Amino acid sequence: MYNPQLTDDGKLKHLLSIEGLPKSIITQILDTAESFVGVAEREVKKVPLLRGKTVCNIFFENSTRTRTTFEIAAKRLSADVINLNVSTSSQSKGETILDTVDNLTAMHADMFVIRHSQSGAAHFIARHVKPHIHVINAGDGRHAHPTQALLDVFTIRRYKPEMHNLRVALVGDVLHSRVARSEIHALTTLGVPEVRVIAPKTLLPEHVEKLGVHVYHDMAAGLKDVDVVMMLRLQNERMTGALLPSAQEYFKTFGLTQEKLALAKPDAIVTHPGPMNRGIEIDSSVADGRQSVILPQVTYGIAVRMAVMSILAGNN
Amino acid sequence: MTQPTIDLPDAEQLLSRLAEQLKPVINGETALVGIHSGGVWMTERLLPMLGKDIAHGKLDVSFYRDDFGQRGLHQDTLPSQIPFDVEGRHIILIDDVFYTGRTIRAAMNELFDYGRPASISLAVLVNRGGRELPITPQFCAHNMQLPADRNLQLMQDKAGRFYLTLEESQDV
Repeated sequence: MYNPQLTDDGKLKHLLSIEGLPKSIITQILDTAESFVGVAEREVKKVPLLRGKTVCNIFFENSTRTRTTFEIAAKRLSADVINLNVSTSSQSKGETILDTVDNLTAMHADMFVIRHSQSGAAHFIARHVKPHIHVINAGDGRHAHPTQALLDVFTIRRYKPEMHNLRVALVGDVLHSRVARSEIHALTTLGVPEVRVIAPKTLLPEHVEKLGVHVYHDMAAGLKDVDVVMMLRLQNERMTGALLPSAQEYFKTFGLTQEKLALAKPDAIVTHPGPMNRGIEIDSSVADGRQSVILPQVTYGIAVRMAVMSILAGNN
Repeated sequence: MTQPTIDLPDAEQLLSRLAEQLKPVINGETALVGIHSGGVWMTERLLPMLGKDIAHGKLDVSFYRDDFGQRGLHQDTLPSQIPFDVEGRHIILIDDVFYTGRTIRAAMNELFDYGRPASISLAVLVNRGGRELPITPQFCAHNMQLPADRNLQLMQDKAGRFYLTLEESQDV
């Protein structure tokens, strides 16, 4: 089957989604990222791999953290980085995107990092670009956010290396989350035997159990004996219609507090992709508590993005 | 047509010979740095022969290789670990086979990103000839000339004993 992410000989050409990536490539990315973690602790936090290459971060939708970590990652690989914040215009979007990409290609860009509110935008660009150019999806609509999922599983693997023994719960707005889908794929591909989702019915996509997850609508039952609690952000800006009674009501039922976290295993870790809504999906005492790995996630995000960029750039 | 067979030296004997060469230069400022993977094995074996308290580390030079543009990133990249302060150290790089010198150039570039060593020297089991850069080992247990289409490699058996293998190279 044709897979736009892979070269004819099965190497990673673009990173568009976790779906369709073989376990060997996911593992290669995570193992390579392990080597890049050490680079950030040295006096010179740079390696020369992408010297002479130009990476363009094209963000059609704002995301300061994702853009910043991609920028730092590219710079630590010695690439030149161009950041473009293109606000979505009322013109035909297809034409605008391709014109932008063609213009940057004419300036000899080598890699595009794309963030867009429309699902499929990165795929669309990947199909269009010249063969030597690589595309990374930095989040497209509700569809996918593969580097976030990779950094989440990288963080989990660092704290809980025995992935085939883990019970992982994703909590919150699965419906609007592009991360949740990517995370579920990454976790199951890496052999995590039990992935749970905990959410009100209104925030779950239909047929979510077809992704191989166990569905819970109750925090007490869902968090029992889990090793990892992956909090999702309540996507206020994507929320249309009355899916929730109120933020306070949501916090009471699905917000992660110390009391609810106590139901998980004593050494369970808590992740969150950020930015956090403190007091809505997560209590500050948990976010800043000893089980939180939310800031290490940000640090590891740079290493994971360095790994993805360097693997892509080498596969020509 | 059968290829003429090439006699390979005993790698265990070479290791002992290399240790003898290194002993006189080891002091409190010395650090041994093995290059993945043969050089790391050698460093582990050399430490008890030279004195256990010597500072040591390991390098995987994948991020510094000059053939990244042609070959891409190596599949099995391992973390580099330099758990001592490089500043002012006399570093001895350890590798199994010295060939073109490109790996050593990459290793030196990487070392300098950790700090400024007082000196760097190179110790290898075999110098197989064919260098392409002005780099040469200061400590070498065996010299031989091999054709470019042969790949000489250090291996380890189950008991941890070293031996050398010679195979036809995949890329000439």
